[in-house]
Amino acid sequence: MELTRRGIMAMGAGVAAATLLPALPARAAVEDAIAEFTGGAPVGEGGIALDTPEIAENGNTVPVSVSAPGAVSIMLLAAGNPSPDVATFNFGPLAATQSASTRIRLAGTQDVVAIAKMSDGSFVQARNEVKVTIGGCGG
Amino acid sequence: MADVKPRVRVPSTASAGETIVIKTLINHTMESGQRKDSSGNPIPRQIINRFTAEFNGETVVDVELEPAISTNPYFEFEATVPETGEFKFTWYDDDGSVYETTSEVEVS
Repeated sequence: MELTRRGIMAMGAGVAAATLLPALPARAAVEDAIAEFTGGAPVGEGGIALDTPEIAENGNTVPVSVSAPGAVSIMLLAAGNPSPDVATFNFGPLAATQSASTRIRLAGTQDVVAIAKMSDGSFVQARNEVKVTIGGCGG
Repeated sequence: MADVKPRVRVPSTASAGETIVIKTLINHTMESGQRKDSSGNPIPRQIINRFTAEFNGETVVDVELEPAISTNPYFEFEATVPETGEFKFTWYDDDGSVYETTSEVEVS
């Protein structure tokens, strides 16, 4: 195939559309996942610490720590993944602290969201952006 | 998956009411269901969908896992040990397999 300026412009537009389009439904899926967890209750700020790397070289394994003293459960979401759910931690009576660390997959640069359900029924969230060099969802 | 081997790190002794750090790892591909094989067919999802840690029957953590958890799921958390007893860690696979391991803690 001969490379023409017109051809390159068309390809560029196609790539831009392909990367932008899937981002829109994913955002709605995050709102849905949050609403399902909170039951539509308002979500506050503070009282929850989410520790993520600023830049992750490999999206296949990104270390994440979350801590929310007094939480009953904490849900982790990755806003830019094909499916935003990551994990839900439910803490029992013998959990010394309401904190946990794990390793997650991120498809690309995106926000990681943690939402904690407190023992009094309120919700708080924290949101960190993680820049990913190599995505972690196959493809 | 026959060669799944859970590994946990738990201190063998503790004082009553002490907070101890527990680290767990299990080797598992955590096939997300998003990938395709070389001929373009989607590889079916097979992940560990639940992990629990109990001490003498009382829950420490109960985690629901989604495909976004990395290969060889790793968890680190903190537990209180009120008395001498046994931690029981359980992983639940999509294919119905259950992997278990236990770890004794002596409280002095």
